[in-house]
Amino acid sequence: MWLYFAKRTILAVAIIAIAVTLLFLMIMAVPGDPAVVMLGPRATLEMKEQLHQQMGLDKPLVVQIGTFFGGLLRGDLGFDVFSRRPVADIVFEQLPYTIELILVSILWAVVIAVPLGCFSAMRRNTLVDHVVGVVTVATIAIPSFVMAVYAVLIFAVSLRWLPAIGVGNGFWDGLTYLVLPAFAIGIGWVGYISRLVRASMLEILGENHVRTARSFGISEWRIVARYALPLAILPTVTILGIGVAWLLSSAVFIEVVFARPGIGALIVNAVNTRNYPVVMGVVLVSTVIIVTATTLSDLVNAFLDPRTREKL
Amino acid sequence: MTHDDPTPPPSSSRPLLEICDLNLDFGTPRGRIHALRNVSLDVPAAQVVGIVGESGSGKSTLAYTVMGLLAENADVTAGSILFEGRDLLTMTAQGRRSLLGDRLSMIFQDPMTALNPVRTIESQMIDIQHHEQGSRSEKRARAVDMLHRVGIPDPKNRLGAYPHQFSGGMRQRVCIAMALLVKPALLVADEPTTALDATLEVQIIHLLKDLQKEIGCSILFVSHHLGAVAELCDRVAVMYAGEVVEQGAVRDIFRNPAHPYTRALLECDPGRIRKSTRTLPTIPGEVPSLLGAKVGCIFRTRCQHAFDRCVQENPVEYRIGVDQVARCHLLGQERLVSA
Amino acid sequence: MVSFEADTPEINDAIDTGAFGAFLRQLCKNRLGTLGGVLVVLIAAIAVLAPLIVTHDPIQIMVGPRLAAPSLDFLLGTDQLGRDTFSRVIMGGRIPLLVAFASLGGALAVGVVLGLIAGFGPRWLDNLLLLIFDTIRSFPSIIFALAIIALLGPSLVNIILVIAITCMPGYARVARTQAQALQSSEYIAAERSMGAGTTRILAVHVLPNVIGPLVILVSMDVPAVIATSAGLSFLGMGVRPPTPDWGAILNDGYSYINQTPWIVIAGGIPIILATLGFTFLGEALRDMFDPKLRKDL
Repeated sequence: MWLYFAKRTILAVAIIAIAVTLLFLMIMAVPGDPAVVMLGPRATLEMKEQLHQQMGLDKPLVVQIGTFFGGLLRGDLGFDVFSRRPVADIVFEQLPYTIELILVSILWAVVIAVPLGCFSAMRRNTLVDHVVGVVTVATIAIPSFVMAVYAVLIFAVSLRWLPAIGVGNGFWDGLTYLVLPAFAIGIGWVGYISRLVRASMLEILGENHVRTARSFGISEWRIVARYALPLAILPTVTILGIGVAWLLSSAVFIEVVFARPGIGALIVNAVNTRNYPVVMGVVLVSTVIIVTATTLSDLVNAFLDPRTREKL
Repeated sequence: MTHDDPTPPPSSSRPLLEICDLNLDFGTPRGRIHALRNVSLDVPAAQVVGIVGESGSGKSTLAYTVMGLLAENADVTAGSILFEGRDLLTMTAQGRRSLLGDRLSMIFQDPMTALNPVRTIESQMIDIQHHEQGSRSEKRARAVDMLHRVGIPDPKNRLGAYPHQFSGGMRQRVCIAMALLVKPALLVADEPTTALDATLEVQIIHLLKDLQKEIGCSILFVSHHLGAVAELCDRVAVMYAGEVVEQGAVRDIFRNPAHPYTRALLECDPGRIRKSTRTLPTIPGEVPSLLGAKVGCIFRTRCQHAFDRCVQENPVEYRIGVDQVARCHLLGQERLVSA
Repeated sequence: MVSFEADTPEINDAIDTGAFGAFLRQLCKNRLGTLGGVLVVLIAAIAVLAPLIVTHDPIQIMVGPRLAAPSLDFLLGTDQLGRDTFSRVIMGGRIPLLVAFASLGGALAVGVVLGLIAGFGPRWLDNLLLLIFDTIRSFPSIIFALAIIALLGPSLVNIILVIAITCMPGYARVARTQAQALQSSEYIAAERSMGAGTTRILAVHVLPNVIGPLVILVSMDVPAVIATSAGLSFLGMGVRPPTPDWGAILNDGYSYINQTPWIVIAGGIPIILATLGFTFLGEALRDMFDPKLRKDL
């Protein structure tokens, strides 16, 4: 168990390290003064001087990367070129909003999609299954920002059922502000997860142990829920880990459309104002989140299956 | 509808399972495969009936038809399967399922995959007792007792284990324990020893024999291993290419095989070869394709004794002795006793 | 469960003959695939013939009043700068389609080369390339794209470049797996024993086998790339205004969603139709050529 955990952690750290190195090299590859590239055109002369000194631009590249990493390890992501506040503070201030949005979106999607996938698998090749199939493909295909804009148009502008802009005050009010954004992000996931569950459910339902359960007259719903689902859910857990990357990408659009705070809105704003340290900070933090989520989903997956749990 | 059916009381003279003139097709993109043709077979109460044949002879298909576990492309075109006097094929799905795990249970070929990998033996063994009364702890006690009877050492502690923590032989014992735990009237065993090595096979056969006597159930025992059938069964049916070509008491069939296919099968059994030889005897030719309609004897392409009549008409069952029937025109010529 | 194999080998036969007619007939059997194919052809035709279809100059401001409602003259009304929305929508498909074809083509070419190098090259190189592929895949695509655009500035070339970089590792991985499977196959060994060089083996035997599944993967990525491209221009990080682009139209309209909802409707519908069309077509292609291939490879 601990060995596997350690292996995965080392791999995760390696990937993050390579990602950071790639980013650093990319900055270096852009023609011009690296300090200017890193800080953006809005930085003051004084900040550039400071960064020059800090980076030791006269020293070899390896040393520069080392200095860069050293800063990161101390949690130093640089400073906002306008407010001079540490980038780390700004990013972690915005992060909870994004995480809340992502979690709520994926939660409702899973709650709807898993039973839907099971249902489709049990009714495979019926009209209902085909209709669900077409609708789910369609929801996967439609980009989340288009979904978001249309959700605003229908439910906020035309019907005036739900608020669209901002995050609201307090828990319950905040929840009503979450409905449309979470819908826009989650609907595609309902399609994706239900298809995934359907496919793996069909595979599992053809396995021998399900036949054994059937030979004892155990009802089909019980077989699906208790015998097949614990196995059929495993690919979904993996996808959810990888899916954090897509969720973060959708969050960028959703936060812009609904004028919500979060790291998506933060990076768009930072790109628009050429506030490069903030841009890099968001990229780094989101990469760390994604690598962590992928590693975590692999671990959870290994734990959910008693056959691999033992080998952990 | 089954509930309108007045269920006749199971009389002692009547077999537990009567398969009558069963025909079954598989629909495939290339056409219909006639997997079972005119199969008639009885399983008397408290007896063990073996079904032998090569791979593809339809013996497993027959077992699955009895259990109602066939794939969706299977289609019974004619015949009936009377179990305790009620036709399984005309029952509702619900009515049929209520028999499974209660009056009927099954052991499968591959013990490595027959158990759910993510649930403990305990939860699976308690689950299958869903027809039975009693609390969880009573069901658990019954499970422990049955595991003990099939020879699982330390059953109390092993109950909480997952299937992958057992060896193949032990898993098949667990499967047998599960199948007998529900006290079935008929146990269907589909090649339960094929996936095991020889010493384990003998152990499992003995175990089945003992438990069958103890519980008093009938067994429909599907196997391609003649030795196992001879050891365990009271009666045997020989299947070839979807037909029962010969059936009768085990002793008669093994001593006095009437059908050329049965004879060939017995000659090929390594256990019965007396002379020392370097080459194992085989039946020349291949099992014919079961696609499309067939006229004449199905075995004629591989039969040394085939003659004109075998091409023209399908042989009926000829009775030999008291309790042995075979489908072969040779018997009609020799004895002219038609069943 | 007892079952006779119900696979349909004739589906694959129809394609193996290489007859384009047989392919089309097969595609027509799949109703959604047909719908997808029709949508794709329609959208592509409109994009190509756009200059002949437009009723006004799509970038000319004040061809009409600001934010006018749809009328016979301005079929989909006008935007906040008095530009004709219909003409902008018609022209607006060119950028996403161009981005999709250029970036996926580039990603495919680079991905195949790197994948084959990883598959046939020494082990250390394979491991290094794999680690790099995994790293690139662990960047969140839109956030990564925004970072690159922040550094290099928004331009058509940069958008194509960013999307190509994020799509490439997926193809490289598939190419690598295929190459490795082929490398251990007997006919490659036979070819080698007859003195064929690695280049010849790659070009004659491996490449055709690798390209097949990849083309399907690429066709399934088209909708996602169109979405990314439109998304970036929705965020104002796409091609510079006033170039018409569906995402930009949607963004322009969103500011006036209360007064003139037809602009967002006009900007969003083509994005939906394009992504649906390519998705249905891609799924049909996958089902026809390789039912086992999964998108999440």
